[in-house]
Amino acid sequence: MTEGAWTVSEVSDAVRAGARSATDVCRDALARIDALNPQLNAFNTVVAEQALARAKAIDDDRGRWRDAPLAGVPVAIKDNLCTRGVRTTASSKILESYVPPYTATAVERLEAAGAVIVGKANCDEFAMGSSNETSAFGPVRNPWALDRIPGGTSGGSAAAVAATLAPLALGSDTGGSIRQPAALCGVVGLKPTYGRVSRYGLIAHASSLDQVGPLTRTVRDAAIVLGVIAGGDPCDATSASEPVPDYTTGLTGDIRTLRVGVPRALLDKGVHGDVAGALFAALDALKNRGAALIDIDLPHARYATAVYYLVSTAEASSNLARFDGVRYGFRARAEPRTPGADLRTMYARTRAEGFGSEVKRRIMLGTYVLSAGYYDAYYLKAQRLRTLILRDYEQAFTGADAVNVIAMPTSPTPAFRLGERTADPLQMYLADVFTVSANLAGLPAISVPCGFTADQLPIGMQLTGRRFDEATLLRVADAYERDTPWSRRTPAIATR
Amino acid sequence: MLASGMPPGFTREQVTAVAALANLELEPAEIELFAKQLGDILAYADEVQQVDTTGVEPTASVTRQTTDRADELRPSLDRGEVLDAAPDAAIDAGFFKVPRVIG
Repeated sequence: MTEGAWTVSEVSDAVRAGARSATDVCRDALARIDALNPQLNAFNTVVAEQALARAKAIDDDRGRWRDAPLAGVPVAIKDNLCTRGVRTTASSKILESYVPPYTATAVERLEAAGAVIVGKANCDEFAMGSSNETSAFGPVRNPWALDRIPGGTSGGSAAAVAATLAPLALGSDTGGSIRQPAALCGVVGLKPTYGRVSRYGLIAHASSLDQVGPLTRTVRDAAIVLGVIAGGDPCDATSASEPVPDYTTGLTGDIRTLRVGVPRALLDKGVHGDVAGALFAALDALKNRGAALIDIDLPHARYATAVYYLVSTAEASSNLARFDGVRYGFRARAEPRTPGADLRTMYARTRAEGFGSEVKRRIMLGTYVLSAGYYDAYYLKAQRLRTLILRDYEQAFTGADAVNVIAMPTSPTPAFRLGERTADPLQMYLADVFTVSANLAGLPAISVPCGFTADQLPIGMQLTGRRFDEATLLRVADAYERDTPWSRRTPAIATR
Repeated sequence: MLASGMPPGFTREQVTAVAALANLELEPAEIELFAKQLGDILAYADEVQQVDTTGVEPTASVTRQTTDRADELRPSLDRGEVLDAAPDAAIDAGFFKVPRVIG
């Protein structure tokens, strides 16, 4: 397997300069997928012919792509983002054979910038899970240790980038689904500010929390890709029309005037020793570059996981009501019983056979917390706490002691073993303890590789920033990356 | 209403009632499993009751300003392609098909 140039910026520079053809790059990606995907199961669908045709079209019209930021860059698209003419399953049996009649805005923007879609990445079913084990197409394996989970829900996206199958993947993040797998697979994962990237064509999980973002090898690559996919979209009323800066110009390495908040009380318990050690070493590195470390308090963050599972399941139960066997995907055969009951039987049986266990569990929980008598005690209560969580962050980011970014681990533990937590959903949910707050508050957050455990499992540092200030977030993450070797490490499976 | 700090157990009858609301047909084994698991999850989530939220406005969305689009005529999705993605449809007539509803 070839070594070297396999970042977004390296590939697009080479294609634009004519040093490599898009076809050559595409063949390389497809060969890597052929060699490693049987072990990793990172893709639900590979579109080799379509990708080669697209690469050839780029090579045949090089003038048109001379300034394209992603010229010839192979990209894996999480399988909950709609791609016209290409099966989009959300890793669910209920959408097993669904071919969308339209393409998600973020995907369209990647293609307009010259990217070449190589396939649809495996994920947790409807992006519900923390380990990629809820996929109807089987779990993805972690490229650093094949007996371990890659994280979830964008597990296929993270594994594909970590194993160098593609230099770029698109994911979605409702409670950590870009950042946590990025951390556990040793790559960079960025969840933009809510509204920064259009959600049009993203199969909805929890509409007030969902956000699309990139997984890449380097922070610079994440900055390039965000610049491509960010911006308002008439098809998504929650997308923001704030101007999109060139996110790469701020990557100066200079963080001398910046203040990094550290919520120490959150790190006291439940954090794996190697993870805490790596985070503190990373904080030292930021300090050595001139950033100030400031202790901060986020008093309501400890309730974030509970709030998240009340809010997200409520929204999910509502969003997933549309899967009824009528308009798309799978329909169960309902035996006729009494006239008139057939339709409801068909709905209930389609959903019983089409959804997996975790999705049913969340629909049940969400339906319950929205039901009469419990709405106030759970859903409304959680929404009030969401306000308090948001205010904690606003307080940290404003005033005389304001910090620019907040640092914490992305995941309290490194990648766990396949099957270790599947019997206990609550234990699985607690994997999201550090990531869910950014979604509840709508803030941008990035996971950047910050070391390895004694067992050689990747560790990620999470940085959370101010609303629409991805530029500062990326500047800090990039400055850190310059001082450390983690982003350049590749799992052994990809170098053999 | 639930008392603060009381783990709100989940009965099989409740699971069955919620499943009916959610249009989900559950196997007896699933009812048993969900009663236990949903009870565990709610017992954990019940910690939200510890926080006094008197006078705190709920947050349903963090969007501060929604983006309106011009009210202009533009092409919609192709009807044939949309119907083609359905499990059963009369594509030429322009209908989704469902099991018989009326006698």
